[in-house]
Amino acid sequence: MRLSNGRRTSAAVVAVAVAGLLAACGEGTQPGQASAGTTAWALTGGSEEMFRAQFDAWNTENPDQEIAVDWFANDAYKEKIRTSVGSGNAPTLIYSWAGGTLADYVANDSVVDLTDDTRELTERLIPSVAANGQVDGKTYAVPNTQSQPVVLYYNQEVLDAAGVEVPTTYDELLTTAGTLKDQGVIPIALAGQSVWPELMWIQYLTDRIGGPEVFQAVLDGEEGAWSDPAVIEATTKIQELVDAGAFGDSFGSVNADQNADTALVHTGKAAFILQGSWVYPNFLNDAPELVESGGLGYTTFPAVDGGAGDPANVVGNPSNFWSVSASASAEDQATAKSFVASEVLNDDAVDELLAIGTVPPISGLEDKIEQQDDADYLSFVYGMVRDAPHFQLSWDQALPAAQSQALLDNLSQLFLGQIDPQQFSDAMNATL
Amino acid sequence: MSVATSPAALTQTRQGRGAPGSRAAGPSIWMAGPALLLFGVFAVVPLLGVVVLSFMSWDGLGAPVWAGAENWGRTLTDPVTQNAMRLTVVLSVASWLFQAPVSLLLGVFMAGRQRYRAVLSVLYFLPLLFSAAAVAIAYRALLDPNFGLGTALGVSWLSQDWIGDPDLALWVVLFVVSWSFVPFHSLLYQGGVRQIPKSMYEAALLDGAGRAQQFFHITLPQLKYTIVTSSTLMIVGSLTYFDLIFVLTGGGPGNATRILPLDMYLTGFRSYDMGKASVIAVVLVAVGLAVSIGLNRFSGANKMDSQMEGV
Repeated sequence: MRLSNGRRTSAAVVAVAVAGLLAACGEGTQPGQASAGTTAWALTGGSEEMFRAQFDAWNTENPDQEIAVDWFANDAYKEKIRTSVGSGNAPTLIYSWAGGTLADYVANDSVVDLTDDTRELTERLIPSVAANGQVDGKTYAVPNTQSQPVVLYYNQEVLDAAGVEVPTTYDELLTTAGTLKDQGVIPIALAGQSVWPELMWIQYLTDRIGGPEVFQAVLDGEEGAWSDPAVIEATTKIQELVDAGAFGDSFGSVNADQNADTALVHTGKAAFILQGSWVYPNFLNDAPELVESGGLGYTTFPAVDGGAGDPANVVGNPSNFWSVSASASAEDQATAKSFVASEVLNDDAVDELLAIGTVPPISGLEDKIEQQDDADYLSFVYGMVRDAPHFQLSWDQALPAAQSQALLDNLSQLFLGQIDPQQFSDAMNATL
Repeated sequence: MSVATSPAALTQTRQGRGAPGSRAAGPSIWMAGPALLLFGVFAVVPLLGVVVLSFMSWDGLGAPVWAGAENWGRTLTDPVTQNAMRLTVVLSVASWLFQAPVSLLLGVFMAGRQRYRAVLSVLYFLPLLFSAAAVAIAYRALLDPNFGLGTALGVSWLSQDWIGDPDLALWVVLFVVSWSFVPFHSLLYQGGVRQIPKSMYEAALLDGAGRAQQFFHITLPQLKYTIVTSSTLMIVGSLTYFDLIFVLTGGGPGNATRILPLDMYLTGFRSYDMGKASVIAVVLVAVGLAVSIGLNRFSGANKMDSQMEGV
């Protein structure tokens, strides 16, 4: 008896508490109408120093319009920002990769139109990069940092020791991989545990074989877009590379977050690595001798014989972007807009980005690049971005979240040989 | 039933609590208020919210839309989630099979009063003090096939594709999780063994019982309730275990270590499919509660009587 009495009382207490909380929720005010001060969330690592300098400069010059900045690690940020935007608690300046996320924000009226406020900046940008921040011809996001094309890096010393040349076609790459493997070197370093580096392979192969239209069909949600012959050929070639041992036999344990993949290359354990240009500073820091002696080579992704895609096409992240939150007060929005107009990718920012070995997506930088320490490398990357007929945003950023997770999931299984190309296409078609 | 209740009733009378009208003698029920309020606000209300969300479709942006039972059908037939359920069962059973005997034996060993055993106990206890994220990062570095322990020690056998091979990864996860939690369960057993009256062993010794006989006929039966407690914690714990696996493998390679809690998190905060993630959460709560209540009933721990009668 005593027990059931106790239970009844506690149930009553819980019920009261629930009722109280529900009532409190119902009376909640709509967020974001009063000025709460301008805020920004930015990412640590990469070009963090440039962002810090930018915000410091702004806050010094505009003490009455200060922007409060919070710093996040990459993955933590991606997981937090979406629910913050969804619940009306977004920072005034929203950092993003554009693509599917930006499209979602625009569809939900979470971000404001920046077309008129950023006209001057947009004119200075490389058009293929600026296009990523536009939805239906209006600018909702502007690039705020370097361009990040995916580059094929290699260790020249390893290639020399094995007596092989840099491959320019897929078939040469496959043969080169065989030679390197026979000599006990991992032909290509791949961070399979992180999965997203595997995306770069399927992106480049699909583009080289079928051109950018193949993935555009996926973005447009066309039925059966994933079973395009170009996708099947790309996934077949991926398994061909895996089976030939091109990625070594333990790529599933290699993690990109700890730079274990670039370490394989600069320690000479692996010859090639296909990675975003953001890894170049890692090489500079971890293996300065190799970079200075010219031992670190870089080239574009090989062409595929008979492929329809332009070998000058590039995949990667065109840039990162700032958007302005629609839930911020008019006053905060104005502050954020003038910050973007005056600070983002201005001359100081461009100099800082070049100094750390990265290339901002601004037109006409050739002369400036000539004066840099890493002029050869920087002009290679800059030329790649400037001359690319098409700059494909990383698929996991371009697609809506649910589809991009399914893609990473199935791609990982494809690399592990758990599913074949047809099963991959079928599974991905089901997400369209 | 009557046999089981009579000693309990006896105890109550002895302590004078069974007298009529004695309800006011205990502390007021309102003293449970603060705890109940916290539990209500931070556990019951979110739980109800999740149950409601499991019938809605919400991508984290915009407003949730009513979806009816669609999420449930979609989730329960999803091969990824079904695989996650299978892995969760495998992990729970296997981690019990591995951890229970190891921690029981270690606990019995640590209960000895010898000085060297005390020193070893301190060493065994260390893994419990490390944060799960730190343990995961350390193991990820140690198990790296290219730069890890195998290369450092020059033992090629250690340079396996430990967390990159779908057939190995789950067992590596099982080992690392067990390594972190065996110390805790050993501590429970150590306490349990030290409470067993010495007189029992002395009596057994006089009757000519050897060490093994003492273990099987005194130690093990006397530890019955410790075993129930520790097993409940182990099994319910592995049902909901998340952080170490998230950092160590992130559910990979492929889906080889994507157990239900990870599946829930990745569905909710990577795919932003909050409806489906809520379905998985509700399933986890239901299974977790059912298992812990079931274990209690099945083992008779809900009528835990003293095992000291007659000592």
